[in-house]
Amino acid sequence: MKQNYAFLDENSKKEIRRKTLKAIAIPGYQVPFASRELPIARGWGTGGLQLTLSLVGQSDTVKVIDQGSDESVNAVNIRKLIQDTTDVKDTIHTDEATLIQSRHRIPEVPLRPYQILVLQVPLPEPLRPVEPSERITKMLHADREYSGAWLRLFEQIMKYGSITDDADYPVLVNGRYVMAPSPIPRFDNPKMENNDGLILLGAGREKKIYAVPPYTKVTSLAFDDYPFEVESFDDITCRESGLTGVYMDELVDEETGETYYVANDTSFMLEEMNKEGSVR
Amino acid sequence: MGYVAVKGGTKAIQASVDVYKKKKHISGMDISTEHVKANMNQLIDQVMSEASMYDRNLASHAIKQAEGNMEEAVFLLRAHRSTLPRLYYSTVTNTREMFVERRVSASFKDIPGGQILGASPDFTHRLLDDGITYGSVETEGGIPDEYNYKLDDLPKVIDYLESEGLFTKEAEDNTTPDDITKHSIEFPSSRSQRLQSLTRGQTGAVTSLGYVEIRGYGYSSHPNIGEVRVGQQPVHIDPAGDGDEYYIGDVELTEVEAFMPADDAETSGEGAHEKTFRIGYGLTFGQNETKAIAMSVLDYSLSNPVPSSPTADDEFVLLHIDSVESTGFISHLKLPHYVTFQSVLDRVRQTKGDRD
Repeated sequence: MKQNYAFLDENSKKEIRRKTLKAIAIPGYQVPFASRELPIARGWGTGGLQLTLSLVGQSDTVKVIDQGSDESVNAVNIRKLIQDTTDVKDTIHTDEATLIQSRHRIPEVPLRPYQILVLQVPLPEPLRPVEPSERITKMLHADREYSGAWLRLFEQIMKYGSITDDADYPVLVNGRYVMAPSPIPRFDNPKMENNDGLILLGAGREKKIYAVPPYTKVTSLAFDDYPFEVESFDDITCRESGLTGVYMDELVDEETGETYYVANDTSFMLEEMNKEGSVR
Repeated sequence: MGYVAVKGGTKAIQASVDVYKKKKHISGMDISTEHVKANMNQLIDQVMSEASMYDRNLASHAIKQAEGNMEEAVFLLRAHRSTLPRLYYSTVTNTREMFVERRVSASFKDIPGGQILGASPDFTHRLLDDGITYGSVETEGGIPDEYNYKLDDLPKVIDYLESEGLFTKEAEDNTTPDDITKHSIEFPSSRSQRLQSLTRGQTGAVTSLGYVEIRGYGYSSHPNIGEVRVGQQPVHIDPAGDGDEYYIGDVELTEVEAFMPADDAETSGEGAHEKTFRIGYGLTFGQNETKAIAMSVLDYSLSNPVPSSPTADDEFVLLHIDSVESTGFISHLKLPHYVTFQSVLDRVRQTKGDRD
């Protein structure tokens, strides 16, 4: 069957762009939108993909990442759909991309001012763990009533001795809205703060778009005596590349049973390994 | 040394797609879309209803392509729907003009126009039938010679209740309904949002929640089906908005009006209560009688909430009955979650004080 450019009909794309502009104007605020069904499943990145499809122009270069890898199933699937319906250039190199769609990672290479990072969001509501009702969480946001979010962290400290929120760790955007940064690891939270690029977040099933515009203040919720902590890879070196100070995948050597680590952002790792005078 | 999948994912995934496509044809037999269309009417009706797209040809195509998997077929049609421009809304349509093919009332034995049984599996024994053991079926029936009603102008059972003063009809509301596919649903929901969401709901999910409501977690009593009717409903559009309507075709619909005995709001709270009837309303594409009845129950439960009943909570019901949404989110759990799981490991180890 004949397909539209970038799959969706033009009116749908226009509506999504309008909602995106609103999201940029109110950093961290979840803008409802009439999310369309796509040929990939709800929960498989339809929010991010609708953003990408509504934004992608013929001169764009697209990079798609799933869990740090350009070759993981969701990335392959989404890249193929974008390409089949637009024929735009794609790349694995973060620097070359104008539009980056990612599931659960912000690349290790810092964003540039000309870049848009689209994050796929499964659960956009940071208050959902403390309040199941949408109409109530909407009111809580309107009232800036975030005691639930703080109490949740406080209770974790009481119960476990430390904050146990893992990925999707809540942030306060521009001093106003508490926001779910999508399930990026805590390691990536600080990359949102005052960054050069535009970060858009799309939740297809939950029908919300929100944004962190460039140079926005983004702070992870924490207490003075229990500061925000990222995942610790302090003494860890990537077995493939010798890289340190990046997010790692933990693997087990089948022969020796030994645990080892490999850099999670595979395109960054390959770039580093191909550099002259790299560690390996 | 262990294998680290840095490159090669694309190839492996393409190979999986190829195997899936090849597997469909492994027996060497292939049915045509026309076969699906001719023999799988009930499945087509369910798929069109959940997809909220009325097109028997495309639904048959989707069913075949999905190897008969309901959720996949609905998914295919919903995705296709996103590529189509939405040009018009139909004008207000009146189901009194439905060309009725089947219509039963569980409330009254004798209704004006009579019970019209039409085609239904209701009266069959569910014995696996190979077409040989029990012989083939000779069809009889049709409309009796002496029939004083027009099938596209049948009176409704509810008219009787109204004429007896047992049901107070709400004022007709012909304002343009909210469209949840153009504006995402907001809470508290409007009735038109609820009805649209329910009619698009997954058949099994709508049925289960309807069952919850009447079995013990809500109204907890029987509704009485005033009328279930199945038939062809003419649809018109008014492109110029000047009242000049154009007929664009018929859609098959199932319509249910369920009678729910309730306290009369007029008298509640002061002295002796009077009882009255309220109705729950169900309407689906195609012949989907169970779903339409369950929909009528949930329409009632959401409009007449019983406190603390889950089926009285519009967010609880409406946000969880969509097939594409629920199956998508459940199935996404198969996707890799290495990064987030690494983050979980980090926190679990921290609580164990095991950071070496």
